[in-house]
Amino acid sequence: MKKLINDPEQIIDEMLDGIVAGSPDDVRRLEDTTVLVRKDAPVEGKVALISGGGSGHEPAHAGYIGKGMLDGAVSGEVFTSPTPDQVFEAIKATDSGQGVLLVIKNYSGDVMNFDMAAELAESEDIKTAQVIVRDDIAVDDPESRRGVAGTIFVHKIAGAKAEAGASLEDVQQTAQKVIDNTRTMGVALSPCIMPTSGEPGFELADDEIELGIGIHGEAGIEKRKHMTADEIATELLERLLPEMDLADSDEIAVMVNGMGATPEMELNVFNRKVQSLLAEKGVKVYDTTVGNFMTSLEMAGCSLTLLKLDDELKELLDAPSSAPAFKK
Amino acid sequence: MLIGVEETIQWLKNYNDKLSEQKDYLSQLDRAIGDGDHGINMARGFQQVADSLDDDFDDVSTVLKKTATTVMSKVGGASGPLYGTAFLKMSMACKGKEVDAGVFAEMVEAALGGIKQRGKSEEGEKTMVDVWSPVLDMLREGEFDAERLKKTAEDAMQNTEDMTATKGRASYFKERSQGNLDPGAVSSYYLFAELADVIGKGA
Repeated sequence: MKKLINDPEQIIDEMLDGIVAGSPDDVRRLEDTTVLVRKDAPVEGKVALISGGGSGHEPAHAGYIGKGMLDGAVSGEVFTSPTPDQVFEAIKATDSGQGVLLVIKNYSGDVMNFDMAAELAESEDIKTAQVIVRDDIAVDDPESRRGVAGTIFVHKIAGAKAEAGASLEDVQQTAQKVIDNTRTMGVALSPCIMPTSGEPGFELADDEIELGIGIHGEAGIEKRKHMTADEIATELLERLLPEMDLADSDEIAVMVNGMGATPEMELNVFNRKVQSLLAEKGVKVYDTTVGNFMTSLEMAGCSLTLLKLDDELKELLDAPSSAPAFKK
Repeated sequence: MLIGVEETIQWLKNYNDKLSEQKDYLSQLDRAIGDGDHGINMARGFQQVADSLDDDFDDVSTVLKKTATTVMSKVGGASGPLYGTAFLKMSMACKGKEVDAGVFAEMVEAALGGIKQRGKSEEGEKTMVDVWSPVLDMLREGEFDAERLKKTAEDAMQNTEDMTATKGRASYFKERSQGNLDPGAVSSYYLFAELADVIGKGA
């Protein structure tokens, strides 16, 4: 497998320096850490938002740093949660005294490491709160559901809430409302290749796809023979809609997210069917986003996220964001 | 005395060698039911542990505390907090004490409690708990025996093969997780096996 890298051991370090070199006026790196923060952090009088997780999901999470979204992002090794000391550095660098909201995806490693960071913060009297994103309906038990592309909506909406001057409790509450109303399901067409081992993250035959895949290649619901974009859109939507509890007057936001190796051309072919099915079913779409937002290295495939909106969420979704990966 | 500062350092260095040697095997086990990084993360973290143990240490507790902080900051994933917590609890349980068989049982008990609390897990969920828990039961039975420690840990590790995972990333594989050893149970078995070897050779 050919990769555009130097030393696999240096991949995270070099990526972070590259991100800063690309946006020197907007982000800075905390020295000797894997933490990127807003150039102007801590932002006076504002609740800070921190997210993070393993690397390999770019533009998540550093691409969402900006006015109106995240104050900081913590990067772990590829697909590996960052350690508590790194998260703690992000907390210290972004807290303006108003407290810090930790946006955590529901993986045992992420939950444990961020938890330990929150304990470290508590020992230094820094106020933190956390929300755990669990939007992936491929996992039956709602408590065990993984956090996937729906996390971007949490960054966007909670980030706008914080930017508007809300308290830590209010930002947390709004973030939780987004989580409660967001559902995602994904599909993989081909696996990603781990940079350190050079091996595929999981096995998938040439003529097979996997429904309900996670963003680290964790198993989904089932392997199927390859299907067309329209068939996949239909399948995902049929599983997502019953989870949404939509009333006739409800409007939703749609995110079609590429997993890394699927061209935008194909994502739009997929989106065409998603939109026509939603129209057929009388579901009103308020906002649609198509692109690569929460990837899995060079996995091919996509995920579909639906978010049920109310007036508050619509206003916050539309609010300005300067984050390079989600400009509004 | 069961182990002193020197034996503890030897144990951890041998464990690092073992992890480095079995890195690919552990990652292969993890690829089957997780995300394939267990071997790489553990080997990377414990290399740093081994490198940090050339200083002078006053007692076993300080060695284990140093190990805990290094593991927590260098391993990452779920293994970092879990092994980091285990070493921290072991360190606290032997603070100001000589490590004899009784104290060692208390250390394992504290570590197991820490692992369960941090990972919100119990016995039978196909995790490292399923090695630490039988080892604790064996240690409580009295007379310390290095060979029995190793055998108990090995059998416990083998037993995870037929279990169904309900915790961690392996749980997404549900019944498909059966028939695979739990990678965390295997790395825990190595830890006890290396300790048994260090103690066995010293006796």
